[in-house]
Amino acid sequence: MNKQPAIKLCGITKSFDKVVANDHIDLSVQRGEILALLGENGSGKTTLMNILAGIYQPDSGEIFIDGERVSIHAPEDANRLGIGMIHQHFKLVDVHTAADNIILGAEPKGLFLRKSRYEKVREISERFGLSVEPTKKIYNMSVGEKQTVEILKVLYRGANILILDEPTAVLTVQEIRRLFDILRRMRDEGCAIIIITHKLGEVMEISDRVTVLRKGKSVATVETASSDIHTLTELMVGSSVNLSIERTERTHSGTLLETHHLSVESDDGVRMLDDVSMTLEKGEILGVAGVAGSGQRELCETIAGLMPIREGAILFKKKNIENMTPRQIFQAGISMSFIPEDRLGMGLAASMGIIDNMLLKTYQDAKGPFVRKKDARLKAETITEKLRISTSGMDAPVRLMSGGNVQKVLLGREIESDPQVLITAYPVRGLDINTSYTIYDALNEQKKKGTGVLFICEDLDVMLELCDRIMVLCHGKVTGIVDAAKTTKEELGLLMTDAAGKGDTENVD
Amino acid sequence: MNGIINLLTAAIRAGIPLLFGTTGEIITEKSGNMNLGVEGMMWLGAFFGFYAGLHTDSLILALLCAFAAGLGGALIYAVLTVSLRANQTVAGLALTIFGTAFANFFGLRMIADNGGFLPKLSPRLTGILADKPIPLLGKIPYIGKLLFSHNILVYLGIGIAVLAFLYMNKTRAGLRMRAVGEAPATADAAGINVTLTKYIHILLGGGVCGLGGAYLSLAFFGGQWQNACVDGQGWIAVALVIFANWNPVKAILGTLLFGMFEVIRFRVDWLNIPPAFCDMLPYVITTLILVIASIRRSRERRQPQGCGNNYFREDR
Repeated sequence: MNKQPAIKLCGITKSFDKVVANDHIDLSVQRGEILALLGENGSGKTTLMNILAGIYQPDSGEIFIDGERVSIHAPEDANRLGIGMIHQHFKLVDVHTAADNIILGAEPKGLFLRKSRYEKVREISERFGLSVEPTKKIYNMSVGEKQTVEILKVLYRGANILILDEPTAVLTVQEIRRLFDILRRMRDEGCAIIIITHKLGEVMEISDRVTVLRKGKSVATVETASSDIHTLTELMVGSSVNLSIERTERTHSGTLLETHHLSVESDDGVRMLDDVSMTLEKGEILGVAGVAGSGQRELCETIAGLMPIREGAILFKKKNIENMTPRQIFQAGISMSFIPEDRLGMGLAASMGIIDNMLLKTYQDAKGPFVRKKDARLKAETITEKLRISTSGMDAPVRLMSGGNVQKVLLGREIESDPQVLITAYPVRGLDINTSYTIYDALNEQKKKGTGVLFICEDLDVMLELCDRIMVLCHGKVTGIVDAAKTTKEELGLLMTDAAGKGDTENVD
Repeated sequence: MNGIINLLTAAIRAGIPLLFGTTGEIITEKSGNMNLGVEGMMWLGAFFGFYAGLHTDSLILALLCAFAAGLGGALIYAVLTVSLRANQTVAGLALTIFGTAFANFFGLRMIADNGGFLPKLSPRLTGILADKPIPLLGKIPYIGKLLFSHNILVYLGIGIAVLAFLYMNKTRAGLRMRAVGEAPATADAAGINVTLTKYIHILLGGGVCGLGGAYLSLAFFGGQWQNACVDGQGWIAVALVIFANWNPVKAILGTLLFGMFEVIRFRVDWLNIPPAFCDMLPYVITTLILVIASIRRSRERRQPQGCGNNYFREDR
């Protein structure tokens, strides 16, 4: 057996402008091994893997593949060396078929594309036990299917070194299990696999060894079997962290917001929400779970008054707010805050500073043609201090800030307006542990004040700890509303795929 | 019946210059670059094609020069946007301004050199470029006149459009080019040379636009140089790209439709409509059709996703 590691990185350094993303990182993976790469946001995991995939060029350092020194100048070099990377944001051409995506760049020889390419892709997918319809267009696919295409793309090229960048972020529990089965099988066949993930439970489950990065440096490599979640977190954060999320006791009661048989349709006439009836109580955090694209975004936008209602009604304290614009809702004396998924596109004006972004919420209240910048500056300073936002200046464009700080600005602004209803879509997506906890604390504080919080999230572990109740959506239908303290991840997973076919039944409260 | 055939025949002749421009721009946009310099490249092609035809008396050389001129204009654009990553809209507009001014400036010089008269191609060359029926096929009643009695540039234009369609949809290189246009990062990760692919198709597209200009200067006005020969056709071609859903075969139909409007405006004098309104017609129709065509589109008939954005691998 070849004892040389499949991949060995020595002293890899890469900086962007003045930021050092990778600082003398060492790492190695054997064949037949799964290595988890762990680290907070901005610790340089993705940069490091992009160097292996030929997307970035390292400033210094050496790469060895099977003991041989190589230089990877471009993605095609990586392909040739058998390195395949599955990126966090899928690299697929939306309007092409699965087969065309899989063969892209490595098409069968000849001037013309042949129909036989579909057969070839079907063969490969059957050989690996991954079902995908070769002629299906990517934009018609679910996230799980898209990921299958990504994996097939890598397998088609005969890659034996596999890099997966946060592959589980958008998958259901069942899909994750299937993915892990595939990875284990590939490991047993002699592939070397590197997996990046934020979820420590998954690290423990799938990996053989773990390499931890912190602030661009490799701080430790440990055997998974001889480690535990707490040790890993401490290595990652650099100090000990209390991992449990607090669930504040509910101190308020009474219904705040209700929807009755709510249905909405997308621009293309596709039904995105189907007969959704729910209530949001005062001082509770109601989680919304579901596979990506199950109607979470539409639910948020409909309640916030951004999407027209097809059927049904939305009541706020028994008052109908159906088809009101956000401005009308505000004028009706209802303070509602919406923290959208797309923070820089929909939440904040990316090229304006914190102060101007604060003004967006209040400028219409000022009398006369001028804006009152002084108040906004005060508010900006308050939230900067309260949420520990790090910024180069109050007027620096928010798009230059890190993801965590952007989210803090957005959340800070919305909380400043003392909302009665707070809608948050994926508020901790892409944020590191410390920032995530700041956000959880802020939500709990709102709960104490009696705000009804709608919390959309993809991490079931977090939801189970933070939320009071969890509503599960599947294809726009409510498949269940459960008590977070009494349910399990498995139960939620089943509801998310509507395994019980409960799409039409009443809520099981 | 004869009237309709005459109208359609004239529409084909008037529409084909648009077809060159539209096909050229489709090739360019499908690889992810929006080049608004179509008008400029057509002007360059018109001038250099005519100049070469005038001095060499060879159709092949005239067309080659027109192609090279359009390609040269596109090269300026490609260097600016692909290599230097300049804004695509601004670079395209600059190319239009440059091409238009260049051709008109040297066009005036050409007239001055000709003693103040409009220069005219040799009778031999105008003869080659004249409309004439294809033997046998041209004799079929109605259809012969409609389809098989044009000048050779008409067939060249349709041929290029059909070839472009087959290339884009049926070949390996076409698949790669579409992937670059839709998702350059994806194509890059798949080992495709994005920069090279973009250069090739921007240049090819520019060359085809150049041919469209040559059609106007060589054939459309009977082989006589006109200082307003392109006159906005490049802009209509850009609009037609959207109308044709980035499909060169549909572009053939689209250009016929627009050719028809061009022709109608010369034939409605009996309606007593002021000529200014008739001149306006193609542009008004362009605007209207664009609005209608943009209302609802399936994802596959939209502009390629990467279009308008420059790609840089290490962008974060």
